Amino acid sequence: MSAPAIIRSHKGVDQNRELALEFLRYMATMRAVEDRIERKLYRQGKILGGVYVGRGQEAIPVGVGLTAEADDVFCPSHRDMALFLIRGIHPRQIFAQYMGRVGGLTRGKDGNMHMGDMNRRIISIISAMAASVPVAAGAALALKYKGTRNIAYCFFGDGATSRGDWHEGLNLAAVLKLPVVYVCNNNQYAYSTPLAKQMACANVVDRAPGYGIPAEMVDGNDVFAVHKAARRAAEHARGGKGPYLIECKTFRMTGHSAHDAAEYVPAGLREEWAAKDPIARLEKKMVEKDWVAQDEIDHMHDEIRQELEAAVEWAEKSPYPDASELLDNVYESA
Amino acid sequence: MQMTYLEAIRKGIQEEMERDPDVFLLGEDIGIYGGAFKVTAGMLEQFGEKRVIDTPISESAIVGAAIGASLMGLRPVAEMQFADFITCGFDQIVNFAAKCRYRWGAAVPMVIRAPSGGGIHGGPFHSQNPEAWFVHTPGLKVVAPSSASDAKGLIKSAIRDNDPVLYFEHKALYRRVKEDVPEGDFTVPIGKAAVVREGRDLSIITYGAMVHVAREAAETLEKEGVSIEIVDLRTLAHLDEDTVLASVRKTSKVLLLHEDTLTGGIGGELAGRISEKVFEYLDGPIVRVTAPDTPVPYSPPLEEAFLPNAAKVAERARWLARY
Repeated sequence: MSAPAIIRSHKGVDQNRELALEFLRYMATMRAVEDRIERKLYRQGKILGGVYVGRGQEAIPVGVGLTAEADDVFCPSHRDMALFLIRGIHPRQIFAQYMGRVGGLTRGKDGNMHMGDMNRRIISIISAMAASVPVAAGAALALKYKGTRNIAYCFFGDGATSRGDWHEGLNLAAVLKLPVVYVCNNNQYAYSTPLAKQMACANVVDRAPGYGIPAEMVDGNDVFAVHKAARRAAEHARGGKGPYLIECKTFRMTGHSAHDAAEYVPAGLREEWAAKDPIARLEKKMVEKDWVAQDEIDHMHDEIRQELEAAVEWAEKSPYPDASELLDNVYESA
Repeated sequence: MQMTYLEAIRKGIQEEMERDPDVFLLGEDIGIYGGAFKVTAGMLEQFGEKRVIDTPISESAIVGAAIGASLMGLRPVAEMQFADFITCGFDQIVNFAAKCRYRWGAAVPMVIRAPSGGGIHGGPFHSQNPEAWFVHTPGLKVVAPSSASDAKGLIKSAIRDNDPVLYFEHKALYRRVKEDVPEGDFTVPIGKAAVVREGRDLSIITYGAMVHVAREAAETLEKEGVSIEIVDLRTLAHLDEDTVLASVRKTSKVLLLHEDTLTGGIGGELAGRISEKVFEYLDGPIVRVTAPDTPVPYSPPLEEAFLPNAAKVAERARWLARY
């Protein structure tokens, strides 16, 4: 989507200010798109099946994603919608994807965040968690093989770190010194399973020394902190030193999926994290630093909302795939 | 040029690597050691560490990395040390590789080589024929050569194919099969079966090591006045139904033979298609000769009893011919 006018109206004197505006634009757009999907379209019955959002985790895909070069590879998790926005996927395509229309990235062959586009170097997730971890290693192997300076970024949740693919993939990437930045969005719940039942160590980064991989933990709700950590990680990987793991501590401000009220989350915990909301925090900082006035922020949100109105309209007009497409593209040719 | 089945695989890979710098190998013990069966012997010396990659014991990561690299346009050839271990990479194969094109239009041009089959006293975990699991998965192509020529021609086609291809190479054929193999840029198309023996009275549809068993049985029956046709499927997923059905129309009797176990095997699928499409041509029941529904046993008398052989095939073929 095009940048809201508020961004274009300022010339960059303060780099942090420009960066903050860029952060806010993507974080706010991701939140607005996902709110629309989860709280409106899903409830209206316009989206069927699973709806997984990253509410409260927006600082992670945005903070990390904006460190990437255009030819770097993304392997997003299902809570990293901003990575698609950063690569120029329009919200209308995302709405169409969720609604099973031909305007979506998979033409209705798959739903929700199960989408990718190799022209934009985004590799689609599959439902089995951590499957992307060795795949990202392979993409990185190709980047190294071709002699480029590009790297792969692979995102996953805390639950994924229990799967064999996670361990095999990290080990392979470490042994072959592949340029991958591994990003854990540790939102403390895998469906209903809290972290303490997921693993016996306190942090995901505690697992990294076992693979000889440098790792760091960061406040996943502080987009500037995430961005700085990701820059260190990217520099490490780009410099030929092998993979790097970042653990972003955050909280899943929603159920596992739209159908899940998450009553298993102890009373108070979500409220505690609501106070650390990454978008509210960023806005507060921007106003305090006098980078932008509150009414300008409000204006940005209005612009995004308006743009999304048109995007939803476009998606709803996009047709469903014809049943004759059922047999297409199983193989290159029939 | 005379070469063994194993040398033919190696030659095919070597030629593709010389032709296309994007082709590379990865797997366990394939570099310095040259592979458990020495298929990749000499490759490291010829192509270097960049293109011949020894990996940790991580089948899922090997397949996953091959997927990632192939999405980026490379053409990886991954080796499973034994086909039996392919199960450790199952999710990556059937959920990731097989579905990329259908779901989001992404090509995964990779090859997984899987040394399969019994008759080498390998026991339950070094003898299996796991092809049916993958034949059942839309999006995968599965091939299983029986001759040195096909071994070379199919590995070259597999490497050039833009879909994921599983290449089942039969261990018992590695050094037992030796023949003239066409030199140079010779390929065998995926999706094409071959009538490897012409006959009038009965068709045996088979693949892999069992092609040789079928030939032996056919020679025995020839002396008894029964003329047997043999169709070598060569490709198992994306299979050549036309050649199978044409042979059945010609002979009107069909025996389906595979080393894999009975239930859910490819024989059942073929029986279904034959009965649906050429039922009127049949002059006898569709007969299957396969391994029984057991794990592959170790001890020689047990393994011998497990594997289909020429005597078992001849007996059933004789019965069917007289039906």
